[in-house]
Amino acid sequence: MSSATLAPSTLESKWVLPSRGHVGMLCLIAAESAIFIIFVVAYIFYLGKNVSGPGPKDVLEVPIFATICLLSSSITIHFALSAIRREKLGAFALWWFITFALGFIFLVETGIEWYRLIYHHGLTISTNLFGTTYYSLVGLHASHVTVGLVLLLTVSIFALLGKVRREHEPRLDVLAYYWHFVDAVWVVVFTVVYIVGR
Amino acid sequence: MSTESIVLTAVQDASRSWSAIVHGWITTVDHKRIGILYIVLALVFLVIGGMEATILRIQLIVPHNHFVSPQFFNQMFTMHGTTMIFFVAMPILFGFGNYLIPLMIGARDMAFPRVNAWSFWLTAFGGMLLYFSFIGGYGLYGAGAAPDVGWFAYAPLTAPAFSVGHSTDFWTLGLLVSGIGSIGAAVNFVATILCMRCPGMSLGRMPLLVWLNLVMGSMVLFVISPLTAAQIMLAVDRFLGGHFFDTQAGGSAVLWMHFFWIFGHPEVYVLVIPAFAFISEIVPVFSRKPIFGYPIMVAATVGIGFVSFGVWAHHMFTVGMNSYANSFFALTTMVVGVPTGIKIFNWIGTMWGGQLQFKTPLLFCIGFLFQFLIAGLTGIMLACTPFNWQLSGSYFVVAHFHYVIVGAILFALFGAFYYWFPKMSGRMYNETLGKLHFWLFVIGFHLTFDFMHIPGLLGMPRRIYTYEPGRGWELWNLICTIGVFFQGIAVLIFVANLVRSWFVGKLVGNDPWDAWTLEWSTSSPPPEYNFAEIPVVSSRRPLWDLKHPEDPDLDV
Repeated sequence: MSSATLAPSTLESKWVLPSRGHVGMLCLIAAESAIFIIFVVAYIFYLGKNVSGPGPKDVLEVPIFATICLLSSSITIHFALSAIRREKLGAFALWWFITFALGFIFLVETGIEWYRLIYHHGLTISTNLFGTTYYSLVGLHASHVTVGLVLLLTVSIFALLGKVRREHEPRLDVLAYYWHFVDAVWVVVFTVVYIVGR
Repeated sequence: MSTESIVLTAVQDASRSWSAIVHGWITTVDHKRIGILYIVLALVFLVIGGMEATILRIQLIVPHNHFVSPQFFNQMFTMHGTTMIFFVAMPILFGFGNYLIPLMIGARDMAFPRVNAWSFWLTAFGGMLLYFSFIGGYGLYGAGAAPDVGWFAYAPLTAPAFSVGHSTDFWTLGLLVSGIGSIGAAVNFVATILCMRCPGMSLGRMPLLVWLNLVMGSMVLFVISPLTAAQIMLAVDRFLGGHFFDTQAGGSAVLWMHFFWIFGHPEVYVLVIPAFAFISEIVPVFSRKPIFGYPIMVAATVGIGFVSFGVWAHHMFTVGMNSYANSFFALTTMVVGVPTGIKIFNWIGTMWGGQLQFKTPLLFCIGFLFQFLIAGLTGIMLACTPFNWQLSGSYFVVAHFHYVIVGAILFALFGAFYYWFPKMSGRMYNETLGKLHFWLFVIGFHLTFDFMHIPGLLGMPRRIYTYEPGRGWELWNLICTIGVFFQGIAVLIFVANLVRSWFVGKLVGNDPWDAWTLEWSTSSPPPEYNFAEIPVVSSRRPLWDLKHPEDPDLDV
């Protein structure tokens, strides 16, 4: 066998490829974005096409507190990651748990809002076109928040047990991509549902 | 780079029990085994989908035929279309991609082997869910019913009022589940190609098959997702009483069409780009020349990828869009022909002046070239809005897209089967039977699909159950159906050839075609770890460099 093509070993040392975890997560985010785009398009397309009440103007209230909680959780997860990069594991565990708590508050707020809509205004997913599009879009986002919360809580438990170390940072970074994506989607959903559509 | 594999007799013990072998295949995360699982799954569904097509053609062989009932006919064309697209074409292409990509980029496995297995089993489960409708379509009251809403399932036909029972539910859920599997496979493709290349395998040195699968994988992320979203909406409508596509509550049937075709048209390119990939690997090897215009091929593929997302509403010219939309979609549809034409010229440029070896893989590639050209030409005809108004929903359209899917994609796939069969099995197929398969299939294909254009031009609508005599359609339908039997016999020869050769074919070495890409540098079939040593490459044709050290490939 010839070794003519066996390039010098310098090549191997320079050979750096992107991390598969990050690329995989970005691909997943791309696919999820396309799903959300279709739901957002459907929501906008059906705005004002309701043939029976209640409509968004009658029942929706802007969820300012929940939004502040969710958006600030993007900042706290960033603090958590910079803490673990500096090997401050206690600070990491604290910031990470705060992130989980903020996300959890958001989900509880969504639950309270849905309770109000269902029991006080009689709006369910089958009531009218607004109900269908509203619960689908907000519910799709809330289901993504739920998945994120499960992942965040898992890491929190491992952090409490002292199992999370500096070398886990790249994986946590991939998870943080997902969480930032969930937050970014909320910015779009919030704008479309509570500002443009109300 | 190693051309020998490490011998591991203890692991590869031939005397393992039958249940251990099955267990090994079910729990495998090896990309080659998963690739073969995908291919076998697709071949099983190919036979099922082919039998459904045969039933359709037998029903249409003469006017006023009553071979099957109208209800069963509707189920057959729905299942035929759904099966062929989602459970034949997609998995078979994922299978080849799974098998070949890590080998071609000098990697030991995909980026996420367990996600890979998960994606395969979701696809398989989706197919089983779809076919379970034959038993459970009415909700297990004793009689089943397959979906009968057509493969694009226009609203309001899918509404609970018009699709009673569970047949449409099985259709929705089957596609939803397999769609998630497809997204998983696509994530894996992109991550593998970007992150697992061996040292020296820069983007510009990747084999074209890998490049084209990168484009295909990226497209799948944006192609399948709208379908998944639309299926979620349909499931909300059917299970939760939603109103997305319920026109009485203000919903829109046209919105489903848009969502479906935003998936549906780029999907054609998702299927045909891997076919291009096979042609781009096979034609150079059997022409004994490097591919002509590598960078242009890559650019044209990426161009097709982008433009294909802006053509979907050419499926909807007859719905009644405004003239601006009609003009826009007619124009983009014609534009997509430009990069496709570039590719055809590049393949011809590769063959031009080469020492052509007319083995079975090259024969199928040449068939592909001619037939894909004609498919593209009828595509341009249908892109002209006024022409489309006349022929939309006719057998002309059916003939057009079967020219793409059978004449181009299936021909490229047959070529790929013969080309990589020695690598997958370690044995050579029978060349005579391969050539017989080719010629019978060419005859059958042209009998069926050339003559199918004519009843379309004469006004025969697609999905029609039967027709009156005296409209001038009888002869053409008869010829179409006769062609099906040629194709059926050809496929039987193909299957028999592969099965027989798998066990008793002549043993081949690593590299029976004197080819240039990395998969031919390892043993046939490759060991579980692919390469004993991870190769290092310095050009587009690493194996050429290895075999011709005095004349290395031009470095890029």
